[in-house]
Amino acid sequence: MGETEKNVILSVKDLNVKFTLRGQVLHAIRGVSLDVYQGESIAIVGESGSGKSVFVKCAMGLLDANGSITGGSIRYGDQELTQYQTDADWLKIRGREIAMVFQDPMTSLNPLKSIGKQIQEAVELHQGLKGPAARQAVLEVLADVGIDDAARRYKQYPHEFSGGMRQRVVIAIALACRPKILICDEPTTALDVTIQAQILELIKAMQKKYNLTTIYITHDLGVVANVAHRIAVMYAGDIVEVGSCDEVFYDPKHPYTWALLSSLPQLGVKNEPLYAIQGTPPNLFHEIKGDAFAPRNPQALKIDFLERPPMFDVSPTHKARTWLLDPRAPKVEPPAHIRSLSQRGGLSHD
Amino acid sequence: MTEQRKKLIQVQDLTVKFGSRRHSFTAVDNVSFHIYQGETFGLVGESGSGKTTIGRSIIRIHPTAGGKILFDGKQINGPIPRQLDQEVTRRIQMIFQDPMSSLNERAKVDYIVSEGLHAGHHGLTAAQRREKVAKALSDVGLLPEFASRFPHEFSGGQRQRIGIARALIMEPDFIIADEPISALDVSIRAQVLNLLSRLQKERGLTYLFIAHDLSVVRFICDRIAVIHKGKLVELAESEELFARPLHPYTRALLSAIPQPDPIAERKKTLLVYDPACHDYTPDNPPAWQEAFPGHYVLASQKELDAWQKLS
Repeated sequence: MGETEKNVILSVKDLNVKFTLRGQVLHAIRGVSLDVYQGESIAIVGESGSGKSVFVKCAMGLLDANGSITGGSIRYGDQELTQYQTDADWLKIRGREIAMVFQDPMTSLNPLKSIGKQIQEAVELHQGLKGPAARQAVLEVLADVGIDDAARRYKQYPHEFSGGMRQRVVIAIALACRPKILICDEPTTALDVTIQAQILELIKAMQKKYNLTTIYITHDLGVVANVAHRIAVMYAGDIVEVGSCDEVFYDPKHPYTWALLSSLPQLGVKNEPLYAIQGTPPNLFHEIKGDAFAPRNPQALKIDFLERPPMFDVSPTHKARTWLLDPRAPKVEPPAHIRSLSQRGGLSHD
Repeated sequence: MTEQRKKLIQVQDLTVKFGSRRHSFTAVDNVSFHIYQGETFGLVGESGSGKTTIGRSIIRIHPTAGGKILFDGKQINGPIPRQLDQEVTRRIQMIFQDPMSSLNERAKVDYIVSEGLHAGHHGLTAAQRREKVAKALSDVGLLPEFASRFPHEFSGGQRQRIGIARALIMEPDFIIADEPISALDVSIRAQVLNLLSRLQKERGLTYLFIAHDLSVVRFICDRIAVIHKGKLVELAESEELFARPLHPYTRALLSAIPQPDPIAERKKTLLVYDPACHDYTPDNPPAWQEAFPGHYVLASQKELDAWQKLS
């Protein structure tokens, strides 16, 4: 990726989101800042409950009724998305500028309408085509996403498609809106490995063809390594580390990223216990003091429990929120698994 | 090995069909394998391949259409005496995929975990039962106090532990784990995998591990069988299977595993399995044969010769 194409398309600054649940306040996003560049593919990685889905829902105005943005800004072009109030405002963005592919193709399609009609709806609304022209556009987009025999498939219903084919239809609907940004929320979690690989290839091909910016949300680090240019790691409603794909995999700095990578069975040694992160993620109903990962981090420093670390720069593209990067911090070696990963990355650089 | 290892489960020519005779669908087609005592046997395939059906046939949920299933030397499929049925019900237990839907939302953990004891007429007093529940919960790393709570009060990882406690309380010999970790988060997966292997070491359990995620299967299983459209296509020890995959379907499956390594991912080439690549004819039929010691594959004689030469 050259430096030339670094136009920020979506800029999030110090975003805070709170939900009210049974009278209690849940602080789901705690001051997240992230710039998404035009044409790149960025992956947001985190466990369930880390706030990664809430984060992108904010950019589409899809927060549940009990949630609200309590601070910060989301800028898309010259628009300030946090100012949007009504659905009419959001319709300018949703689908048209930012489209979304959801996790489960079983539930994101209407079972009572043929898939051709469902795609046509998007075509008519967003491309302004009618009648035979709209139908022709649908057939083209079906062929685009690799569905053969489009004329026959046009009339079929979602139950006549396999999971992978259904996910292709969902992608076709998203593409028919001609968006600038495509958000893929766990696009392959419900699919088999072989199908998963095909769908990821498809999304990558579409990204190139339509010059899309893609945002992946996933917990699968294998998928991330395949598709992402940049990675943002989320934990407890905060981005703890962000960097290029190679930087995060081969030179991670945050203890949570270390732990996440170490616990992968792909890196485990047979007949030895896997590295497991102890405990569970923090309860976001309580205000978090210091580094949110500190209670689960056996090497946590004293200051981790007292004060929230700032974002430290590792390189122009690589940032991490951990006190370990402070010049005063003692030197803490990353676990053995991480060191061996770094060597793998280092060897092939030359 | 001097001593013959004991085969705990033997599946011979198992066939399972669904639907009525006119519209029948063969979900499992002539499958044979055995599982040694104390090992972890992996069954891998995509959705709809019949891997779960095999597991469910072993535990007597699905009736079989042909073949035999032997457990500890005794046939357990088809009509069997009541006493054997009870024995099988106790000694074979299952852990399910989705801990969110496999626990009764309206029952307390105490009841969920002890339900098997109620059903089996074990003649335990309430106090003994409570004690067993407390023991099972602490075995899986939960606090005995949790017995009085409802499932919705727990996280996904904790719920899966409840599911494991429910299986353990019956003191089984054999556990069928059907995708036990695919619904869990990455950081919780490692905890549950470690728990399963610790329990295996402590109690000499035998596992049938059903999964579609090959990276997990490689880590936890001793031997792996690959199933495609109801037929076993390859069976070998895990490292052997990964080092020397023979069947084109196995190779396609292995090539699709996502690696947490960007450089490897950029270099990887995806293989696609096309069933038309086999030139099976009546005089060149595919058969289940041993290509290398302990490494079985479904192949015609021609294919087998070619593959053996290659590796």
